[in-house]
Amino acid sequence: MSTSLRNNRVPLAAGLAFALISAAIALVFFYAPVDEDGLNQKIFYFHVPIALTAYACFIWGAWKGLMHLWKGKPGADLESYVAIHLGVIFGAMTLITGSLWAKYRWGHWWLWSERQLVLFLVLFLFYSAYFMLRFSVEPGPQRENLCAVYAIFGVILIPISFLAIRLANQYIHPIAFNRHGPQMATSQFATFCVCLAAMLALFAALYQFELAGKRLDEKLRELRELLA
Amino acid sequence: MSAYFSDVLTLAQKDLRLELRVRNTVPAMLLFVVSALVVFHFALPAGSSDLAAKGMLWVAIVFTALLGLGRAFVAEREQRLLDGLLLAPCDRSAIWLAKTVSVLGFLVVAELVALPAFAIFFSGIDGATIAGVALADLGICAVGTLLAAMAVAGRARELLLPLLFLPLAIPIVVGGVGASVADDPGRYLGFLALYDAVFAIISWASFEYVVTE
Repeated sequence: MSTSLRNNRVPLAAGLAFALISAAIALVFFYAPVDEDGLNQKIFYFHVPIALTAYACFIWGAWKGLMHLWKGKPGADLESYVAIHLGVIFGAMTLITGSLWAKYRWGHWWLWSERQLVLFLVLFLFYSAYFMLRFSVEPGPQRENLCAVYAIFGVILIPISFLAIRLANQYIHPIAFNRHGPQMATSQFATFCVCLAAMLALFAALYQFELAGKRLDEKLRELRELLA
Repeated sequence: MSAYFSDVLTLAQKDLRLELRVRNTVPAMLLFVVSALVVFHFALPAGSSDLAAKGMLWVAIVFTALLGLGRAFVAEREQRLLDGLLLAPCDRSAIWLAKTVSVLGFLVVAELVALPAFAIFFSGIDGATIAGVALADLGICAVGTLLAAMAVAGRARELLLPLLFLPLAIPIVVGGVGASVADDPGRYLGFLALYDAVFAIISWASFEYVVTE
């Protein structure tokens, strides 16, 4: 059956994620050179890949939503929900790591001039409302449609908000920080790529795991209904 | 095509006629926006700049619009009107467009009072601000109507709409405030026009899925 095949992906994805994360941690601490910021700069290798992974989650969720509306693919709604759920978790982690970085770099927990961080705050609020929407509507075809439309709105909001925050900085903070002082060295860039791959693998593993659990729940519910 | 627009016109007329008879949205919006401006007067300490007051004007506009949007689908829900509209032989997006037009009408009426009141209470209003308000109204009504239709499907209707709407309203506030305070309002007005175009198309295309199963 296809279900058992799908379940086999979970250990595979989890193993890959584990191997890549181990490699990433080893590279970050033993291979990548320490630059003038000292050890603080190491958070860069986690913060930026987590942020990019969160974008990937949101885009994947919207893609699945589009598939639901366009092709009416069964199960696309659940896949979209799981992707956005993980996206919110990665988004929250982006906010936390970004805030830590800002504290050690500039001495403040929050900087409105950090555009990416502000963008994540807006997206975090937007996708938190997704949960409110999803859990206030009765499960059914209408809820699937509403969630899919909302998920598609989200990916359109990303570039629009990005533009808005750039524009807002011009009347709130005229001077922008130059975040990346020197260009990245090759060894740093290689480490960064491994970290990004590790985070994406982690997302894939969690996605498969969560999906397998949710599908099992659904199956169990169907069986119970049959018995009742 | 003309059939489409006559459907829109008929549906919008229905909303306007209902409002003229019952009068429960526009007077509330008017009273709310004037009260909000008075509250803002006391919220701004003496010596606050006119710029801060301009920012408050945008807060007032967004929340007044929210008040109107929250009422937009009340009749449809309470009288089960939406089922009837969906059975009618018209394009579903026409329902969205008609509702957007009527909400826009209500909001413009509220602003016809709010902007002169702002000019009297705080500071004068220039052409760029008026252009910004006009462009922002389009975006607020286009997106807000779709979200209001989403919110009435849920259990916590009145609670849900502000949560769905405010993150999407942030770019509108940025564009609007920028247009009223910056020296070169052109780029902010351009941004508002871009927002209107993008979200109007998306809302127009996706409304059908929001109301059908």
